[in-house]
Amino acid sequence: MTVLLSVQNLTKHFGGLQALTQVSFDIHEGQILGLIGPNGAGKTTLFNVINGVYHPDAGSIVFKNRDVTRLKPYDLAHMGMARAHQIVRPLNELTVRENVMVGACFGRENLSLSKARGVADDVLESVGLYIRADQLAGSLNIAQKKRLEMARALAAHPYLLLLDEVLAGLNPSEIDGMIQTVHKIRAQGITIFMIEHLMKAMMNISDRIIVLDYGKKIADGMPKEIANDPQVIEAYLGDPRMAEKLLGEA
Amino acid sequence: MKQLKNFGLLTPALWVSILAVLLLGIGPLISRSASQRETIYIILQVVVLAASLNILLGYTGYVSFGHIVFFGLGGYTGLYLISAQNWPLWSAVLAGGLSSALLAFLLGKAILRLRGAYFALATIGINEAVRAFVNNFDPFGGPVGMTLNFKVYDGYGGAANALWMTYYVLLVMALAVIFLNFAIKNSKFGLGLMAIRENEDAAEVMGVVTPNAKTWALVLSAILPGMIGTLFFFKNGNIEPGDAFRLDYSIEMLVIVMLGGQGSVLGPILGAVGYEGMRNFLLTSPIFKNIQLSVAGMLLLVIVLFIPAGAVGWLRKHFPALKRVLV
Repeated sequence: MTVLLSVQNLTKHFGGLQALTQVSFDIHEGQILGLIGPNGAGKTTLFNVINGVYHPDAGSIVFKNRDVTRLKPYDLAHMGMARAHQIVRPLNELTVRENVMVGACFGRENLSLSKARGVADDVLESVGLYIRADQLAGSLNIAQKKRLEMARALAAHPYLLLLDEVLAGLNPSEIDGMIQTVHKIRAQGITIFMIEHLMKAMMNISDRIIVLDYGKKIADGMPKEIANDPQVIEAYLGDPRMAEKLLGEA
Repeated sequence: MKQLKNFGLLTPALWVSILAVLLLGIGPLISRSASQRETIYIILQVVVLAASLNILLGYTGYVSFGHIVFFGLGGYTGLYLISAQNWPLWSAVLAGGLSSALLAFLLGKAILRLRGAYFALATIGINEAVRAFVNNFDPFGGPVGMTLNFKVYDGYGGAANALWMTYYVLLVMALAVIFLNFAIKNSKFGLGLMAIRENEDAAEVMGVVTPNAKTWALVLSAILPGMIGTLFFFKNGNIEPGDAFRLDYSIEMLVIVMLGGQGSVLGPILGAVGYEGMRNFLLTSPIFKNIQLSVAGMLLLVIVLFIPAGAVGWLRKHFPALKRVLV
């Protein structure tokens, strides 16, 4: 399997806070890689560094065989990296369709407006937002805004999709819908790197999981291995009974 | 034709705006009255300035308090070329536009990294800095400025003719600024600008090359003010730092764009007509004539508080049927 993204010894600190320490891992094409860790473990920071929002203090990031460590978010978008944010960022005064068109126009394929409109409608259809296409994005509810985040990222036809807690804040039926959407995306051949707190979903959906704690990678493996890893159980779950419950779910 | 359609150039919405400018501009052409021409000249000038500012404020979401610097610098460049280098008006107008565009380009690289209030403050600083520079720059006449030799107008069929000519040119520029606004609003570039306005970080992550897009928005919003700056001071016959870089004029532009509706094409036209109409009333009224700027300030406050989307936004909201023609 080819390596799509390779992260080596990534280190980032904000003032005295060591947010990431020597984090290394690879993402293979077509995989779903899960990223878990307690609050404040540095998960979103890791996304921000990979995404070019922050530059790392040390270490390197190679995406599609090119060193992208110092590139800007828009350079990475053009290369085929797209992202759905944890805290949704809708373009409120634009319509839902226009929001998605921004992703299609300025993403990997650099489409014209008219082509982007077609892509936007297709993507909206697939995430179930087509009937809202002409509404202002600001008028959507939170579940719809999460779908919009996803639709914008997908419209860029990325190679790698970064999903930051797309399930958080959704009710159980919305979660099921979203998980199906993730499966559909993977079926299209898009590689996914996702942060999630919902263990059940994560254990089911991921091919591999890495675990961060205080900015360090403490485990890397198949979902089953992660659930049995004593270090993960201690550092991340704290409570052994919780681990049993987790195993039961998986 | 297809290309035109893609830019939305054949939609009724564009023609509403074009018609509004023509209706505004046609009066003096019929009456041939010089005083009416002067009144409309000022309104059309405000239309061009406000619609240019709209590219930055309305589409990109950046507040510039010093936009008049492009008008003043264009005026100075053009007048210098006409009076000291004997350039014809046409080339001078173009040069005025280009000098403002160049300043905008350099500023874009330097200060568009600032966001929100910091950018707004920086634009005031730029206006004051350019004014101070011109005040001490001898080729531009320093604090006394420059005065055109009356003979210059002979080349344009005498002073009276030259004044009419500047009016025609301005009318064309007003139409040009409407086309420019429309083309931007209906282009991919414009979509990128609006994405920046709504959420700059999200736009960047989606692939909008924000530094370039913002710089070009600033350049496009500076060209026409530079050109009509030359035109105005040519008509005026002289230029001084105090007249060219009036901060209060910058703030009035903001009020006008917000009054009409930021981010809309028709907005700056409605705003210019409404505001200038109000100002003429205030200036001639014995009660208000000394406090007309405070009234403008109050007006800005009321707009921001109660109709943030301006007149066009208000109309679109309350009369959805108008959505197709009012953009």
